[in-house]
Amino acid sequence: MSLFNIFNIASSGMSAQSVRLNITASNLANADSVGSSQNDVYRARQPVFATVMQEAQNGMPLGSVQVKAVVETQTNGREEYKPNHPMADDKGYVYHSNVDPMSEMANMISASRSYQNNVEVANTSKQLLLATLRLGK
Amino acid sequence: MPINFDSALGIHPDALRVRSQRAELLASNLSNADTPGYKARDIDFKSALKMANSGDMGAMKVSHQNHMQPLQSLSNQPHVQYRGTIQDSLDGNSVDEQIEQAAFMENSIQYQASVEFLGGKFNGLLKAIKGE
Repeated sequence: MSLFNIFNIASSGMSAQSVRLNITASNLANADSVGSSQNDVYRARQPVFATVMQEAQNGMPLGSVQVKAVVETQTNGREEYKPNHPMADDKGYVYHSNVDPMSEMANMISASRSYQNNVEVANTSKQLLLATLRLGK
Repeated sequence: MPINFDSALGIHPDALRVRSQRAELLASNLSNADTPGYKARDIDFKSALKMANSGDMGAMKVSHQNHMQPLQSLSNQPHVQYRGTIQDSLDGNSVDEQIEQAAFMENSIQYQASVEFLGGKFNGLLKAIKGE
């Protein structure tokens, strides 16, 4: 019964989107982290999604989704002259993380919408399967 | 008169099968809505149903015993096509979540309609068997 495949596909989408939400939460929580050099300050992370192709018995080219990698963004965050800060380096600078809270919020909304889409798909498939089970009753 | 299920149920079992295949494809479109480079796919329901109902599923015909036999996996899948895009995106993804969501809902309602039709056929057969 090919409708059962939908649960695998939708759940792969849900888990990928929840990884994305987790990463966004971690980025937002560290938006105000500072460090004493560009290398030891938190850098925003982003998940990389990839399709996993799977051939079902009927030869349909179906694809679930997976998180292939989590990459750190390479841009440098802003540096600030704060000689009295405990994290300041010998020149008196502290280094902020490169998290952009605005784009992380947009990312969060997009991830939660996609998650809801997948939940909706799984729910609808469940109803269809139950209707099929009740066939002829 | 013997009851032949194939003729008694008509097109509805095939319709149900094609509907569930289409639901699978649309679900994989929706779960890959954020995957870079993924292209949205769909099947043409009309031609897929025609193929499913005619039984040969568009298989290649062999007219001589020395001809190569067509691959089973190639011959019995409906034609999957890429969906055209309205707005292109920079990452090469062509899934429009609104279109896919609407198509999925449409397909699930049509699936339920097919289930209803099939249920009606079974009820009719049951009446005939019981002779009520």
